[in-house]
Amino acid sequence: MKLASKDILGMKDLSVEEIELILETAESFMEISTREIKKVPTLRGKTVVNLFFEPSTRTRTSFEIAAKRLSADTVNISSTTSSVVKGETIIDTARNLDAMNPDIIVVRHNCSGAPRLLSGLVKQSVINAGDGAHEHPTQALLDIMTVRQKKKRVEGLKVVIVGDIAHSRVARSDIYGLTKMGARVTVSGPSVMMPRDVDKMGVDVQYDMKEALRGADIVMMLRIQTERQEMSLFPSLREYATYYCLNREKLRYAKDDVIVMHPGPVNRGVEISSDVADGPFSVILDQVTNGVAVRMALLYLLAGSEVRNEQSAVERGKNR
Amino acid sequence: MSSLLLKGARIVDPSQKLDGNRDLLVEDGKIAAIGTDIGPGHVGGNGKRGSETKVLDVSGKVVVPGLIDMHTHLREPGYEYKETVHTGSRAAVTGGFTAIACMPNTEPINDNRSVTEFILRRAKECDLARVNPVAAISKGSAGQILAELGDLRDAGAVGYSDDGSPVTNSRLMRKALEYAASLGVVVISHCEDLTISKGGLMNEGFVSTELGLKGIPAVAEDIMVARDIALAEYTGTTVHIAHVSTAGAVRLIRDAKERGVKVTAETAPHYFTLTEDVLRSYDTNAKVNPPLRGFRDVEAVKAGLRDGTIDVIASDHAPQSTVEKDVEFENAANGMVGLETSLGLSLGLVEENILSLSDLVMKMSVNPAAILRLPGGSLRAGADADITVIDLSRVWVVDVGNFRSKSRNSPFHGRTLKGKAFCTIVGGEIKHIEG
Repeated sequence: MKLASKDILGMKDLSVEEIELILETAESFMEISTREIKKVPTLRGKTVVNLFFEPSTRTRTSFEIAAKRLSADTVNISSTTSSVVKGETIIDTARNLDAMNPDIIVVRHNCSGAPRLLSGLVKQSVINAGDGAHEHPTQALLDIMTVRQKKKRVEGLKVVIVGDIAHSRVARSDIYGLTKMGARVTVSGPSVMMPRDVDKMGVDVQYDMKEALRGADIVMMLRIQTERQEMSLFPSLREYATYYCLNREKLRYAKDDVIVMHPGPVNRGVEISSDVADGPFSVILDQVTNGVAVRMALLYLLAGSEVRNEQSAVERGKNR
Repeated sequence: MSSLLLKGARIVDPSQKLDGNRDLLVEDGKIAAIGTDIGPGHVGGNGKRGSETKVLDVSGKVVVPGLIDMHTHLREPGYEYKETVHTGSRAAVTGGFTAIACMPNTEPINDNRSVTEFILRRAKECDLARVNPVAAISKGSAGQILAELGDLRDAGAVGYSDDGSPVTNSRLMRKALEYAASLGVVVISHCEDLTISKGGLMNEGFVSTELGLKGIPAVAEDIMVARDIALAEYTGTTVHIAHVSTAGAVRLIRDAKERGVKVTAETAPHYFTLTEDVLRSYDTNAKVNPPLRGFRDVEAVKAGLRDGTIDVIASDHAPQSTVEKDVEFENAANGMVGLETSLGLSLGLVEENILSLSDLVMKMSVNPAAILRLPGGSLRAGADADITVIDLSRVWVVDVGNFRSKSRNSPFHGRTLKGKAFCTIVGGEIKHIEG
């Protein structure tokens, strides 16, 4: 089986079969990262460009490590100013990159839809590493992988996503992905941080976090972006933390075997207390580990399709 | 001067309650006669023999009073790379418009006599459509101090509007309505509560939630429509609501009209043709302000057109170059060109039986002439010979590459339309004829 599109722009576009293919491939790549020599030659001679229009440390690092473990060459382009300010449009950037003939472009952009714009202009595969408040598909894939790892299934689980849903690309991608895989998703957070008509995405909305957490198998906490001016619409961080910070007391409402997830970076004491973030229910660092495997899987499935016979390298590693 | 005879047309002129097969004779730039079987040798009002009469066979076509688009942006002065008075009025006559009104958000803003006079001089040099400048309500359209509205009227301005930047200050809006009324000139209001729409990129709703784009709620428009109606009602003045896009605005205007408030309203073809769903591809050519709304709003706009709540169809022709449009959705400018697609799209309403052809001529000629107090909107003998000949059966595909406008920002590229202007006559002269 192959992926239907040359690009990974969002979870909305992926079928259940494609998600399963990516996760199975990722699971088979997990082992590489535990070897002493953490490298296979699968993407030797391939070039991966990390084009980041928005600051990012962990996602960019995760993609870079993923590419390097598959022996691809990586180039990082960071531009914190928007392309418009720079004077060069994203279209110019895209055409220039296209002319240099890389194999995969990983793009993060502060504007929703920018990866899609880019994908229409280049021959190469484009992977969306987060665009505005739209989608962050690799985060959702690593989240689903983590859920499968810990719960052995996704279907029928109650997942609660808490925080600033309106501005969260992670929430959107997780909602698409998890509901496709059969989970029941509840979103919780202050009403001022709920996007209009979010219930039409197939989720339950529960403003009372404790009620939302009742019977939860998974709790996903979102980062509160304290730098956003939208925060001025909310009375205070103190009030936010009172009602929406995940602490031990609130966590009691969830199931006994609940797992706690967070896409990072964590604002300790704002959306999650330190004892929960570091506690026994937290799988936050497993998410990070799985992130590398998911990104390796995507790079392989997009750039390695014609070198599929080299999968034997992976198989050999597995049987070692 | 030579004369022109249109033979064998169906003439639709609601100003005379006329819909029938007639011939129409033009002499000296004026309508000379409408009658059955006028021959080329007909002696018209000037008493001369019609030996120089040019005969145009328009059988099978419809002759209507020249169409008037009361809401366009010609971008000159200041943004000539997007459009000029010349290219804009070329697009106008190609689209069947004999007269247009152009909004003041140029650079410099048309808030003083010299800019108004400049636009009128350029229009005269082009000698295509009649171009009627709309002047700013406030100096610099900044919403602080009234522009010299009297002097602007005397220079040739036909309306006042801060289009693009709403008059936020209610006191200033009240003063503008009262002063403009005393001058006999209409105020055209861009209704948007900026405090609630700020930063918005598209209609707020399920689609904006899915796309992760900040929304502009419909109430941003409704709130200001309600305010302007309240002000017009209180002061007994007239207000014209520009580009109506929401069900709420239609309802407010309908209720106000029933109470006898002197409010008129326009909508644009994209508000009865497209919904926000076309933005799912992040097509910047469909980014416009007010934004494309939902299905229920589109239905309400159609109902408003049908029952007369909405008086006018105007294109809100807003040319933008690739510099403004070939960028990320968030960074793209608002606006779409419309002069060359407006008639074809609006004829869709006739096809759908929402409007009769006569109703359509009311909304695209008679009513805009009345609101702006322009001559036109009639084929009565003695009127200026501003005439649009429409080929109702012409099926064509919109191709932005063929636009006479300087800009190409249309979300309708590739759409098949039925009906097109065949010939556009201004002051008795043929300014456009399909080859």
